[in-house]
Amino acid sequence: MAVAEASLNEPASDVLLSIQDLKVSFHTYAGTVHAVRGVSFDLKRHGALAVVGESGCGKTVTVQAVMRLTPMPPGRIDGGKVLFNGRDILALSEKEMQSIRGKEIGMVFQDPMTGLNPTMTVGRQITEGLIKHQGLSAREAWKRAIELLRMVEIPNPDIRAKQYPHQFSGGMRQRAMMAIALACQPELLIADEPTTSLDVTIQAQILDLLKDLRQKLGMSLILITHNLGVVARLAEDIVVMYAGKVVEKGKASDIFYRSRHPYTRDLLRSVPRLDAPERQTLASIPGTPPDLFVPPPGCAFAPRCRYTMKICTEAEPEMTEARPGHFAACWLWHPDNPNPPVRDFKEGGGDQ
Amino acid sequence: MTDKVILEVKNLKKYFRVGRKRILKAVDGVSFSVKQGEVLGLVGESGCGKTTVGRTVARIYEPTAGRIIFDGTDITDLPEKDLVSFRRRLQMIFQDPYASLDPRMTVGEIIAEPLDVHHLASGAERLERIQYLLNVVGLNPEHANRFPHEFSGGQRQRIGIARALAVDPDFIIADEPISSLDVSIQAQVVNLLTSLQEQRGLSFMFIAHDLSMVRHISHRVAVMYLGKIVEIAPSRQVYRHPLHPYTRALMSANPIPDPDVESTRQRIILPGEVPSPINLPPGCRFAPRCSEAKEICRAAIPALCEAESGHYVACFLYGDAVESSGDAVAGDGLAV
Repeated sequence: MAVAEASLNEPASDVLLSIQDLKVSFHTYAGTVHAVRGVSFDLKRHGALAVVGESGCGKTVTVQAVMRLTPMPPGRIDGGKVLFNGRDILALSEKEMQSIRGKEIGMVFQDPMTGLNPTMTVGRQITEGLIKHQGLSAREAWKRAIELLRMVEIPNPDIRAKQYPHQFSGGMRQRAMMAIALACQPELLIADEPTTSLDVTIQAQILDLLKDLRQKLGMSLILITHNLGVVARLAEDIVVMYAGKVVEKGKASDIFYRSRHPYTRDLLRSVPRLDAPERQTLASIPGTPPDLFVPPPGCAFAPRCRYTMKICTEAEPEMTEARPGHFAACWLWHPDNPNPPVRDFKEGGGDQ
Repeated sequence: MTDKVILEVKNLKKYFRVGRKRILKAVDGVSFSVKQGEVLGLVGESGCGKTTVGRTVARIYEPTAGRIIFDGTDITDLPEKDLVSFRRRLQMIFQDPYASLDPRMTVGEIIAEPLDVHHLASGAERLERIQYLLNVVGLNPEHANRFPHEFSGGQRQRIGIARALAVDPDFIIADEPISSLDVSIQAQVVNLLTSLQEQRGLSFMFIAHDLSMVRHISHRVAVMYLGKIVEIAPSRQVYRHPLHPYTRALMSANPIPDPDVESTRQRIILPGEVPSPINLPPGCRFAPRCSEAKEICRAAIPALCEAESGHYVACFLYGDAVESSGDAVAGDGLAV
């Protein structure tokens, strides 16, 4: 690991969450899936960080480990640390964890129907955390629940609080889940694909609300998504994952305009933009992601990469720092590579 | 693209009976045409009726009212036995590549089924055709004996495309063909569809909710809201100069993967949600959420009119034309 990155990962006061060399695997009858294979990144206090990648890249498994929600078995945490305010979450007892989950870290899931309990009114689901973590009386908690529903802009909150999740629309359920996640004013909100199941105009409402609340409540945000437009709207820092590893991380502008990893670049060029000319060929990435039952020995992206060199299929690339805070794990940019493809990458990754 | 109109849809309606006396007007008076070799994108949010339009045009659903004219023949009332030649010329690609392929059939059997149904090839010719089609969609011809579960989502969608191409159709209706796929795989499938469309001069109806993708692959885009088309325009116009307030909101809600653009972009956030298609608001269906709604918008339904050359919009901001009430009455009176 490069020296500069090691110093970046030292717990400093402005780092709220630091994930260090996290490894998670799942043991199934078909074999062991190495879902997360040594992931490291930091979230700044009051920061907004997006974890981007396609299905199966390990982004959800990573945050599940942060919340200690990895289903065990079949899951197993094989190594690494998750430091939250300097405390290693992975070393806590389940009881200690319960005082963090919901209170210091809130979570919003992709599918609002599975995130909510269908047998309880929405109001009661919000009061649960308030009574448990903040010691409010049932009456106070109910009052607060209605305030929270109002805060997430649900109309008629006093009526809505008495209703069940199935009486809510998709967008309203997502708001209700945000109200639950924010009830105890957590320092960190983890939102896992919060708008993926929603229509685009409702998505716009939810993204605006998230942005607003983050400013109002001063909390930090980890956003998991595959939608690069959503990332562009909300994230300050970006972590790009591929096949259970971080391939690139940096400020949003580094990733969008000066990306160095061929995967990041291809990903950015494979989505059509509303403001681009019509009917251009999209840059598609040939092939499919590797099978994580048997992770490839070298760079996992090598079989799909247009710049593959011999070393790429033999040894894993280390993280190299392109500019302060901007890292890419790619042999092309290794200091020993005499011919980095500077010209190819000059234009940055976001343009078409 | 030629000037010949291959598909013409006139005032198409499809109502569903839900519960005892309630009627869901999924598609409520939709008219458009598709030229030979043209890609028409149909975009809208869930429940707007875009899928129902596709399925009704393909005569999977029986239309409640209106006319469907395919290559000069009115196929609206053709009995099923006379639809065979139409079905050979119009094929569909479905959204879910897991649900739309029979898990008990091999890929070869899946692709050859339309050939068998239409008696187009048998024996060595049939086998050759399967190999050829797998090749065309970028799959290994040797995989014809494998089953769908052995393939990834993107590969399955390629199998669905090969099946649609098997009978050499003129027209393809693709209903959300890429929305269940990952970003990098979406680009592969879209590029494949675009190149097939261009090489074979296919006409396409591309149905999706992702406006940027629809705009990317279509020549023209029709925007639907609650069972009606609110705007039809050439793809370029839709982004550069959208007219209908709903199109403008949809456009602005669609995030652009570029942080600098996003941080400076003016955004229209629509209040509320789409009303239920069972309890439709009177007048323009978008009026309750529209910031520019006038009195007339809540009383009368605007007709789809040409505001600029080739650019149609149904909105009172651009004209006073009211949707003719005769059609509405005739439609409402029909059995579902």
